[in-house]
Amino acid sequence: MTDPQENNRASAQEELASIGQKSFAKLFSSCFFLSAFTFGGGYVIVPLMKQKFVQEMGWIDEDEMLALIAIAQTAPGPVAVNSSLMLGFEVLGWRGALTAIAGTVLPPFLLLMGISYFYHYLIASPLISAILAAMQAGVAAVIADVCFNMGMQFWHKQAYESLGIVLFAFVATFFLNFPIPLLIPLCALIGAGLGYYKERRRS
Amino acid sequence: MIYWELFKAFFKIGLFAIGGGYATLPLIENECVNVHNWLTLAEFNDLITISQMTPGPIAINSASFVGTVLAGPFGAFVATIACILPACIILSILAYFYFKYRDLHYIRYILNGLRPMVLSLIAVAGIRILSSALLGQSDILAGGKINYVHLVAFCLSFLLLRKYKKDPIIVIFFSGVVGAVAYLFSSYV
Repeated sequence: MTDPQENNRASAQEELASIGQKSFAKLFSSCFFLSAFTFGGGYVIVPLMKQKFVQEMGWIDEDEMLALIAIAQTAPGPVAVNSSLMLGFEVLGWRGALTAIAGTVLPPFLLLMGISYFYHYLIASPLISAILAAMQAGVAAVIADVCFNMGMQFWHKQAYESLGIVLFAFVATFFLNFPIPLLIPLCALIGAGLGYYKERRRS
Repeated sequence: MIYWELFKAFFKIGLFAIGGGYATLPLIENECVNVHNWLTLAEFNDLITISQMTPGPIAINSASFVGTVLAGPFGAFVATIACILPACIILSILAYFYFKYRDLHYIRYILNGLRPMVLSLIAVAGIRILSSALLGQSDILAGGKINYVHLVAFCLSFLLLRKYKKDPIIVIFFSGVVGAVAYLFSSYV
C-alpha cells in the first residue's frame, strides 16, 4: 500500500514539472537576477524569491518555500545565501544548492569588486543616490504586496493560530527588538505545542 | 599571508553572523577596523553606505570590497568564499536532516510555528525599508520630513504590483526611474 501523502507529493511534483521545467541554467539566472535587485540585503530577497519560484515558475509551493526559509534562518550567515541554498537543494539536489549559491553571490561579489576601485565617485553622485534611494520605495512596495498576499492566505485557510503567531512575532521583533536567534526556537516550540494540543483533542 | 588572514577573518564573520543584516556590522567593524587595521573608520562608513546602495548581503559586500582593496580579485574571492562557508556547512547538515525527516508529525508542527514567523520578519524588514525610504535616517516619532517622491514611487509601485500584477524586478526598476526623473526635474527646472 502506498502512503497517500507520498502520492500527493508525487502528483504535486508532476504538476509542478508541467508548469516550469527545472534546469540549472534557469535556477542560476533566476537567483542571479533576484540577487542583483535585493538592495540592502536581508529579507528583501525572500518575497522576490517567493514571487519568482512559487508564483511565476511554480517550482515549489508556498508552504514548502516558507519552511525552507525558516530552516535557512536557523543557521548563521546572510539570509539570501542560506535561502538560496535550501531552495536549490529542494529543486535540484546538492548541485542545485551550489548553482543557487553561485547565482546569489556573484552579483554583489562582482559589483563590489568593481566598485571598490571607484567608490568615491559613486558615493558623491547625487543622481545615482537619488535612483538607488527611490528603488528602496519599490522594494518596500514589493514586500508590502507579498506580506498582504501571505496574510490573506492564512486568513482564507482560516489558520487563525498562524495569524496569532504572525502578530506575536511581529510585536516581538518590531516593538520589543526580541533577538531573532531566540525567536526561532520559541516559534518552533509554539508550533509543536499547538500541534500536540490539536492531536490530543482529536483523539 | 594575506589570503589566509582574509580567510580567517571572514570565516569568523560568517560563522557569528547570526540574525543576519545589520547584526553583522559590529563583527565586520571589529575584524576589519580594530583587529587588522584593513580599513579606517571612515572607509568602513563608506563601505556601509555602498552596501546600502548596492544589492546583496552586507557580509558579502564587505568581503568582496575588503578583499579587493587588500589583495585584488583573488583576495575578494577568498574572502567571499570564507564568509559563506560556515553557513553552507551548517546548513547542509540541517538540510540533510530536514529533507530526511520533514514528513514526521512534529517537524511539520514545528514548521507550522515557523512559517508565520517568516511573514513577520519580512514585514519588519519591509517597514524598516519603507521608513528609510520615506524618512531617511530621521525617526517617524520625531516628526521627520516625508520624502514625497518616494511616497509617490511607493504608491505607484504598489498599484503596479497589486492591480496590474507586474514583475517585482520591473517595479523596483520603475521606482528608480521615478527617483531619477524627480531628481533631474528638481535640479534643472
